Amino acid sequence: MAKVYELQDVEVWDGNVAASHALRQAQIDVMAAYPITPSTPIVQDYGTFVGNGYVDGEFVLVESEHAAMSGCVGAAAAGGRVATATSSQGLALMVEVLYQASGMRLPIVLNLVNRALAAPLNIHGDHSDMYLCRDAGWIQLCTCNPQEAYDFNLMAFKIAEDYDVRVPTIVNQDGFLSSHTAQNVRPLSDEEAYKFIGDYKVKNALLDFSKPVTYGVQAEEDWHYEHKAQLHAAIMNSMPVIERVFKEFKDKTGREYKPVMSYDMDDADVAIFAIGTTAESARVAAKAMREQGIKAGVVTIHVLRPFPYEQVGEALKNAKAVAIMDKSSPAGAMGAMFNEVSAAIYQIAKNNRPLLSNYVYGLGERDLTQNDIRKIYKELAENVKAGKLTHNIQQWICLRGKEMGFH
Amino acid sequence: MQNANKGWNELLPGAVVFPLETEGTKSLDLHQEERTYTDNSSYTLSVAHWRTEKPVHNVEHCINCYFCWVYCPDSSILVRDEKMTGVDYKHCKGCGVCADVCPTNPKSLIMFQDFVTKEEAISQWPAKEKKEKKA
Repeated sequence: MAKVYELQDVEVWDGNVAASHALRQAQIDVMAAYPITPSTPIVQDYGTFVGNGYVDGEFVLVESEHAAMSGCVGAAAAGGRVATATSSQGLALMVEVLYQASGMRLPIVLNLVNRALAAPLNIHGDHSDMYLCRDAGWIQLCTCNPQEAYDFNLMAFKIAEDYDVRVPTIVNQDGFLSSHTAQNVRPLSDEEAYKFIGDYKVKNALLDFSKPVTYGVQAEEDWHYEHKAQLHAAIMNSMPVIERVFKEFKDKTGREYKPVMSYDMDDADVAIFAIGTTAESARVAAKAMREQGIKAGVVTIHVLRPFPYEQVGEALKNAKAVAIMDKSSPAGAMGAMFNEVSAAIYQIAKNNRPLLSNYVYGLGERDLTQNDIRKIYKELAENVKAGKLTHNIQQWICLRGKEMGFH
Repeated sequence: MQNANKGWNELLPGAVVFPLETEGTKSLDLHQEERTYTDNSSYTLSVAHWRTEKPVHNVEHCINCYFCWVYCPDSSILVRDEKMTGVDYKHCKGCGVCADVCPTNPKSLIMFQDFVTKEEAISQWPAKEKKEKKA
């Protein structure tokens, strides 16, 4: 029996420590992992918990991230609660198996501590890995700080394992800006946390010898399409479960989360849409802009997949200008968030649509300062004044060299 | 196909297949042909439709060495009561490994075109090859 870990009401944890405690409290049966910066401490701390008797489950160190996720797939199919963590190149090596996990509907929880993708080699944070596995068939939750990294890990198990969902789930947090930034975190006790998540709900376990089952069947043109459709529908239809879990979490902790979070948006003329820690920086900047008479607001999402289409559109439809921020190189297109958020706004705001622009920023953790964000708000205010964009639709900001923009 | 009219919303999530109709542990002591497999199991379904050549077994020359059984990559060599009894054509892909490793003279497994009947094949069976004397 795992030992109880005595926790203070308020702990000073960075996002990695917070995530590792959540995994410990979930009492997962198997973690198969191959540590990589900046998610290393999640695996490292978890290993310490195992070594010191705080975990009953199996801890499997493997030879690569491909093997790590493969081990998770095997253990989840066998019938256990399974989680792991990775970043960047590790995620890239895992991608093939991410599709296996989702296709087999195995409710694995993956902590993805977001980091840039080489080349050039860079260990720092951006959303390239988050975007890389966007279409892999996983539910993706996004967080802005260590408290959320903790909270969303607890909720991720509950969402993924729900019999109406059964879809593997990623919890994103920004490399370093969240993963290595110590803040006050209010954890639940081990008992409360486990009670919130609940016992693992088994479904079609390989180790149930009374009912042998084959995972990973072949389905060619006759059935492949139907299975992919079913997975897509499961993700699209998971939102009510996600919102129910958010509600249960609020009832338990008082901390309220919604798929789409709006800050100062009630009367906002100009708005920034951003994911992760950037949303928090933008909230600070928005307050500063309001002191200068510019009605600024912020919208962020806690749920990237399923994409909260209507809610994003509703949150932004009344703004006059919106900056949609992408912390990943679209490499030859408009940013992915620009495309998705723009489409949502276009459909929801039937007329008086806001002026939309796309800001690419922060690749490899290029600093995004308060001044940079205020400059975005000022550009948006200029756009509103002019009644049209006063700059290219897409701009790469905080970039050294000649100004870069497209369209 | 039995499920031809099923829609995406009627399929089992996770593309799983339950191969047995009956309780699993009760099938452990039974031979494959004695078990009740579901229509979706790969035991019931043919997975050999792309075969163009097939191995034919000639019991007259077979010495039951099981080389073919060991080498067959699809478990398609049928053996019962310590005797090689034939080939499972629902699963054999016609790779020819069994015929290749067969040590008898003449061979007890020879590859024929898929449409050749067993009787035709046996009637064409080659005679024993004479060993050339070493000079």
